[in-house]
Amino acid sequence: MSYFSDIYKGIKTLLTGMSVTGGYFIRARKGVITQQYPNNRETLKMFDRFRGEVVMPHDADNRHYCTGCQSCEIACPNGSIEIIWDRVVDPATGKKKKIIDKHIYHLSMCTMCGLCIEACPTDAIVWAQNFENSVYDRSALTKVLNQPGSSVLDGIED
Amino acid sequence: MNFLQMNIPLNITKTISDWIFSIMPETAANYTIMVVIAVAYLALFAVAGLYLVLLERKVAAWFQLRIGPNRVGPWGLLQTMADALKLVSKELTSTIKIDKFLYNLAPYFVIVSALMAMAVFPFSKQFQAFDINIGLFFLIAISSIGVIGILLAGWSSNNKFALIGAMRSGLQTISYELSVGLSILTMVLLTGTLQLSEIIEVQRTGGWLILQGHVPSIIAFMIFMVAGTAETNRAPFDLVEAESELGAGFHTEYSGMKFAYFFLAEFINMFIIASIAVVLFFGGWLSPFGITENITWFPEVIWFIIKVLGLIFLMMWFRWTFPRLRVDQLLTLEWKYLLPLNLMNIMLMAIVIWLNWTI
Ligand code: SF4
Ligand code: SF4
Repeated sequence: MSYFSDIYKGIKTLLTGMSVTGGYFIRARKGVITQQYPNNRETLKMFDRFRGEVVMPHDADNRHYCTGCQSCEIACPNGSIEIIWDRVVDPATGKKKKIIDKHIYHLSMCTMCGLCIEACPTDAIVWAQNFENSVYDRSALTKVLNQPGSSVLDGIED
Repeated sequence: MNFLQMNIPLNITKTISDWIFSIMPETAANYTIMVVIAVAYLALFAVAGLYLVLLERKVAAWFQLRIGPNRVGPWGLLQTMADALKLVSKELTSTIKIDKFLYNLAPYFVIVSALMAMAVFPFSKQFQAFDINIGLFFLIAISSIGVIGILLAGWSSNNKFALIGAMRSGLQTISYELSVGLSILTMVLLTGTLQLSEIIEVQRTGGWLILQGHVPSIIAFMIFMVAGTAETNRAPFDLVEAESELGAGFHTEYSGMKFAYFFLAEFINMFIIASIAVVLFFGGWLSPFGITENITWFPEVIWFIIKVLGLIFLMMWFRWTFPRLRVDQLLTLEWKYLLPLNLMNIMLMAIVIWLNWTI
């Protein structure tokens, strides 16, 4: 007799499933859950954990946290980060220290794996939430993350 | 030239056919009318197929709380037209190791068998191209030809995914053909005729067959819808073109217009299954309770379309609800459940008719 009860159960569960999707179908008119992208371009905000591109935040005095330790460059599996660094004499201590000249980031090669951001000991680089990354020329995808004239925040090495 | 003497009732637009007969000798007129009707059906159902694709996409979107195509034309109405234009203008690519002849033949098998089946449907009292007395039998026969096209496509592509997809299609169609046939047979017990127009005449006086035959009819309808969905290779029976396992299944190697033929044929087949169900269970073009029976100008084809769209919506609902079956589950469903149930149902129907329990 379990043959017929199987059939009964089968039909019942199928109808349950159909009532669930049917409910969604009827409620679909009340509002969609997808982003209507080009229409809401002004208001669309990506979520905190969205990985748009790697950026380096600067504060009001044009200072960043990057010490030039190159951890990110080593961590990157595909060489998307190149750091051009220099040695200068620190006026405060009189010792030689490493500073970044250019933190070059190739967005075109980046796989958004996030290893560089995890590797950075001073959290100098973070994810940005921008998503319109297309450009007309490939060279525009090679970015220098530290702004011109910026310098590292004092004391961040400690 | 024997078949020209056959009295083929080409009913559409009597005036046009009379006019053609008046200006031509009879043989030429017969040919002309056949060509005209063939072209008209081709154009009509190509466009109807395109709009079914659009409907599917819209319905799918609503089931998933999306909007669906809304960019091309008002409410996206021209979206599938644009897609078809794109496919027509695309290059037809193929791999080197294909079997050229069969590869090129396969899409036509599928699309022609789908369009041929349209010929026998009575869309309204006048609108039926080919009213043969073995209409249902013809439909079952034609709908099984399509699978040859699918098998050919899979075989000639010389691609393992395509071949697996095609073989699955073969086993699926062979299995579910039985259920489609037997559930139709159950209804034929009730109608006593295979001619589609007669089947509708039976329902004019006695009410729709799903009511006339009550319990066994409803069981037959359920089995027919399940088996019919399987027959058209739609989800949850879309093992043939299971995207996540087989690429695109049997049409993996097809591109451009040939791909479009397969795609369109799937939707026309869905229309065919829904139309058979409408004719067999829901009274074809007859209006519910005969509300427009006495209005002579009322186009009955509207009732037909409404009913067909309702059933097509049901099949879309299946598609966006149920997960895909495994091959063994597919065969279990057919051989262990549908087939025995179907045989029992035929017995039940026979008893109902024998004891005159029909409503
Ligand atoms: S996210 Fe990954 S790929 Fe991109 S720059 Fe960082 S480490 Fe390299
Ligand atoms: S971004 Fe971070 S890891 Fe990379 S060099 Fe600067 S401080 Fe080091």
